Amino acid sequence: MKSLMLAVVVSSMMQGLVWAAPLRVVTTTEDLAAIAREVGGPLIEVESLTRGVQDPHHLEARPSLILKASRADLFIEVGLELEIGWVPAVLVAARNLRIQPGGRGFLDASSVIEPMEIPASSVDRSQGDVHSLGNPHYLLDPGNGQRVAHAIAGKLTELLPERGEELARREQAFVRALDEAIIRWNARMQPYAGRSVVTYHQSWSYFLRAFKLEAAGYIEPKPGIPPSAAHLDQLIRQMKAKRIGFIIIEPYFSRSTPELLVRETGAQLLVLPPAVGAEGVTTYHALFDTLVDRLTAAFGRGG
Amino acid sequence: MRSIWIMFVLMLITPCAWAQNEPGRLALNVQNITLDLSLDGLVAAAYFSEPENLNFGGHDPRDRGFTLQNLELTLGGVVDPYARADAHIIFLIEDGESIVELEEAYLTTLALPFRLQLMGGQFFTRFGRLNPTHPHTWDFADQPVINNRLLGPDGLRNPGVQLSWLAPLPVYLELIGSVQNASGETATSFLFEKGEVVGGFTLITRDVRHASDLLYMGRVKSAWNPSETVEAVMGVSGLYGPNASGPATHTQIYGADLYAKWRPLDAHGGFPFVAVQAEAMTRRYETPMQDLQDSGTYVQALWGFVRRWVAGARVDVAKGNDSADSLRDRRWRLSPNMTFYPSEFSKWRLQYNYDRAEHLDNPVHAMFLQFEFLIGSHGAHQF
Repeated sequence: MKSLMLAVVVSSMMQGLVWAAPLRVVTTTEDLAAIAREVGGPLIEVESLTRGVQDPHHLEARPSLILKASRADLFIEVGLELEIGWVPAVLVAARNLRIQPGGRGFLDASSVIEPMEIPASSVDRSQGDVHSLGNPHYLLDPGNGQRVAHAIAGKLTELLPERGEELARREQAFVRALDEAIIRWNARMQPYAGRSVVTYHQSWSYFLRAFKLEAAGYIEPKPGIPPSAAHLDQLIRQMKAKRIGFIIIEPYFSRSTPELLVRETGAQLLVLPPAVGAEGVTTYHALFDTLVDRLTAAFGRGG
Repeated sequence: MRSIWIMFVLMLITPCAWAQNEPGRLALNVQNITLDLSLDGLVAAAYFSEPENLNFGGHDPRDRGFTLQNLELTLGGVVDPYARADAHIIFLIEDGESIVELEEAYLTTLALPFRLQLMGGQFFTRFGRLNPTHPHTWDFADQPVINNRLLGPDGLRNPGVQLSWLAPLPVYLELIGSVQNASGETATSFLFEKGEVVGGFTLITRDVRHASDLLYMGRVKSAWNPSETVEAVMGVSGLYGPNASGPATHTQIYGADLYAKWRPLDAHGGFPFVAVQAEAMTRRYETPMQDLQDSGTYVQALWGFVRRWVAGARVDVAKGNDSADSLRDRRWRLSPNMTFYPSEFSKWRLQYNYDRAEHLDNPVHAMFLQFEFLIGSHGAHQF
């Protein structure tokens, strides 16, 4: 009888411990971490394996990343082969059954969005580092952020069924706040609808579509391939002919080529934060606030 | 025999060939059947100041002219919810004859409890840093001298099992232990092959009679990241196994290794970076007479100074106690090089070696021009 009492006490204590310890969520990018943090609130502890200023294509399966993945209850990746060079190696080395692909604690966030730029014909690397499953920079469309928040809430509810209501409430609050913000952002960007810009990499497609802007060209002739003199020559002529006034690049791209284009065409160079974590942006919401602020200021000045 | 290999390879490739019929979906279908498939070619042109040179590595450019260093077919995939498997099959040309080498083929568990991981099959012994890696991932065109001498021209590898454990600590600490066969030409410091000569002793045939007639490896690996831009991995390893210089002789090899890399957060395409790698190892080889003592070190530094360009330098030092033996004399070598990566999937490398060996009167100068191509799945960026 005593031992039964003890067992009850111990098991309830353990349950208490399990409930009290927040779920450990590891994401590959700070964007995903920011969304997960809003949805999970105090129920989860979130850590991103990369910083927003980092180029997420070129990372390695470093021991510090393996260590973080080994402790995770939920692993969230961007998917669409963005992390193909390092996440598979991290997951094998982490020896954490919970977060293996297909497992309960694994979420490929791209599974809930509609990818852009899926190659229509056969893909090979003569086209550069083409993502054969589609463009992975989809979180630059706030609508996709809402979809991913819903997927994260679903996954967290699976792992914390008793907190389902709270999670649903938090997710709705996040989505509603974004809905209102999207109306505001669209209104501010509306006067500049149809503007063309040049970007370094094909990484702003979702953003441009969401805010009715157009890509007139890319500094990279093919994804991941550095520009040649001939390509730049053609791009300069095209920018002059179409009077393209703006070049958008990520902070991790070399400035020398964009600056050459600025000198040749008189266009403005905008180094914009491509993700949460860059330029002091700490929330998903603030990312678009910053982008809209910077773009409307530049477009307004640029006339 | 060779035709069996070709059939085997064709069978493995067949599902992908089928997938290719649907335009634009090759990668997708390969992903769906979770098969990573790639072919990597590594070729070098070499010039040596003496035709009799000092490059003894199995994949080194060894003759004046051209060498197909290796053509590696890699296959990998998830077996079931509990394990994945990887195979690396090497094709080589030696004296005009095509050769197939089963370099590695092993299973890795994904689902063991307590952060354990079991590996079984044919695999490179996880001793030190360079031994478990494939030549096309090396930062230099040839093998370090001490790896060649103590772990063999093809690297130390054999069938066996390995168990590793990632400690549940706030710092990275991994313990690795393995048992493998000690015989064959990929275990040169151990049983090796009957009739081979090591340190003047002609090797005999030794069967596996006791557990101590197998090859044992133990390794402790740790990592340190003082900041988000710097990470270092260090390890110590030990090997114990029988050698065939006598009926009851054994070999011990101990090593320490370090790898440290700096890369700023805003690196573009992985550049710029600075990486330093060093390994030191020592061997005690018992013989029926006195023990053979050998030791050596290599230290290399790489500087990715601008996107796609890497400058490197390596220093090799090795010594044994036989000034006339080309594998046991005093030797030092300096190797500066420069590598250009047109993309992640190819490279061009120019390397010079200044090579000084005690058993030769003159230094050997060597120049290599090496190139690599990779088609198929994107490989993982190991650290």
